[in-house]
Amino acid sequence: MSKTMKTVAIAGAMTAALTAYSSPAAAQDAKEKCYGVSLAGQNDCKAGAGTTCAGSSTVDYQGNAWTLVPEGTCADIDLPAMADGSERMGSLEPLDRDLPS
Amino acid sequence: MLDAVSHFPTLPAGPGVGYKPQHFTAILDDPRPVEWLEIHAENYMGDGGRPLAQLRHLAEQFPISVHGVGLSIGGEGRLDPDHLSRLRYLCDWLQPASFSEHLAWSTHDSHFLNDLLPLPYTGETLTRVADHIDALQETIGRKMLLENPSSYLAFDESTYSETEFLTEVARRTGCGLLLDVNNVFVSATNLDLDPRAYIDAFPLAQVGEIHLGGHDEDHDDHGAPLLIDSHGREVADPVWALLDHTLARAGARPLLIEWDSDVPDWHVLAAEAQRAANALQQVPA
Amino acid sequence: MSPTQTVFHRALLDGSAPIPDGLSDGQGRAAGRRFDVYRNNVAVSLTEALEVGFPAIRSLIGPENFKKVAGLYLRQHPPSTPMIMQYGTEFPDFLERFAPLSHLRYLGDVARLEQAQREAYHAADRAPVEADRLERLSPDLMAQARLELAPALRVLRSPWPVHGIWRYACDGGAPKPSAVAEDVLITRPEFDPVVQLLPPGGAVFVTALLSAQSLSDAVDAALGEAQDFDLAGMLSLLLTGRAITAIFPPKEQAT
Repeated sequence: MSKTMKTVAIAGAMTAALTAYSSPAAAQDAKEKCYGVSLAGQNDCKAGAGTTCAGSSTVDYQGNAWTLVPEGTCADIDLPAMADGSERMGSLEPLDRDLPS
Repeated sequence: MLDAVSHFPTLPAGPGVGYKPQHFTAILDDPRPVEWLEIHAENYMGDGGRPLAQLRHLAEQFPISVHGVGLSIGGEGRLDPDHLSRLRYLCDWLQPASFSEHLAWSTHDSHFLNDLLPLPYTGETLTRVADHIDALQETIGRKMLLENPSSYLAFDESTYSETEFLTEVARRTGCGLLLDVNNVFVSATNLDLDPRAYIDAFPLAQVGEIHLGGHDEDHDDHGAPLLIDSHGREVADPVWALLDHTLARAGARPLLIEWDSDVPDWHVLAAEAQRAANALQQVPA
Repeated sequence: MSPTQTVFHRALLDGSAPIPDGLSDGQGRAAGRRFDVYRNNVAVSLTEALEVGFPAIRSLIGPENFKKVAGLYLRQHPPSTPMIMQYGTEFPDFLERFAPLSHLRYLGDVARLEQAQREAYHAADRAPVEADRLERLSPDLMAQARLELAPALRVLRSPWPVHGIWRYACDGGAPKPSAVAEDVLITRPEFDPVVQLLPPGGAVFVTALLSAQSLSDAVDAALGEAQDFDLAGMLSLLLTGRAITAIFPPKEQAT
């Protein structure tokens, strides 16, 4: 493409984009419901749920046995081999793995 | 740049609530009986967006109390200079009616632990806390209020009671105090102390604000009650009674309801604030 | 002697560490599980912060697994600032290195997408450029101009269908992702970040603009990757995202 043609093409693209810009705002992508916008990372000064929650037990972060439970939407995502040759993305299987140290 | 908003130089001796973004519209529609709002400083340290836009809006209509939860005044290390700068920036543009922080630590070895952790009350920690408050008050150019913590354990090494410690910190630094009546009840229950005696020993003349919040009940290894400062429910009846005891001695003060987990609809929070307003009305002028 | 904060800190994050000496219940008995209140506060509050920040990851691996992974992460990477809004910057890399999830190799990029949304949410406000400022520029000046983009704008390139996976994780009604590489644009027209799939060449184009290249050079870069690069469509994405905040024609450009 010549320099002149490119210049004209860029100006034309901007004009076209501006036409869309001045028309009524396009509806926002509705897929933000994942994002708890008003709750994005809050500091507070409350205390957690006492002494009984798993957070205070030693079980969840002690020992080397790591068991994942089969759950989550990843189980429904089935990607055939990708460009990098990696295998299909499957569900979480209940495996025992050693923790990385 | 952010415009300075300074319509309200002081907090009124009326009911306030801890601000939650989900209540923004409800508050602007009908804030009654709430007269002022408290925010957690760290939630308004972003560069822009909705949090700051909401805060600018609210600050035009309500006195704002800035309540820091992350400075680690009781920390062994020096105060984080970056965090001090952020607090100064916030106070400079917002010009809040009050600034308060906690008698606690939360940062160690550059890890922020997101909890208000306890410290022993000794001559050494008194000097450290007083130095940190001096540094803070110098940085933000205003007097701060220091809040009494909720305690779940005691340090064998402590040589001061908490009220003695706070009295002396206030005397040395000129800071005011924030008296959390629920924390008094929680700590007194957990450490087997008399909550009314704590209030009677507290330097009430220095109190610039009072906090109230809900707590949960648990038990320690011996089956003794262990109250948790969860801020997830209505203020308990014995805490309201302890508030009456406090107000009868201190007189009316700015009175805040804190509700931070399982945050209810606005009308529930407003009803708690109304109960606070009623308690204040009982106080002889 | 009271435990130092170093000892206290270590015992908070390591549940197998003994409860520090010198702590009691007020009646001279050892503190015991009273110390767990603090352990619990740290773990629960930081786990909640990650749950709020990474809802798609939570959906993908499930809430129970997420809690376990978060518990491990928060102990290896406690926050480095008191601003919880920023917590989780190392979470994408952590997920990629975490062996039990190594077969879900897209998790890192999905987490990067969520972290970028959070950054966009808190980014500085900047008014978009006036439309007539763009309209008045001659084609020559336009082609040689530099565009300034909004502080909230983010671009993410991925070898995975990161947009499709993210959308599917957030919205069960969304179509299943297909095996294509996807690039994502995040803009913040007002207060809510908008996540959109970038067309071919789009990521290269926006990256060139971010590195202060002229429109003309940015177009060349985009055409180098995608011969069918749709410039009008790309500019439209940026304009509707209120992501173009200034235009500097050549004569106004500072060196």
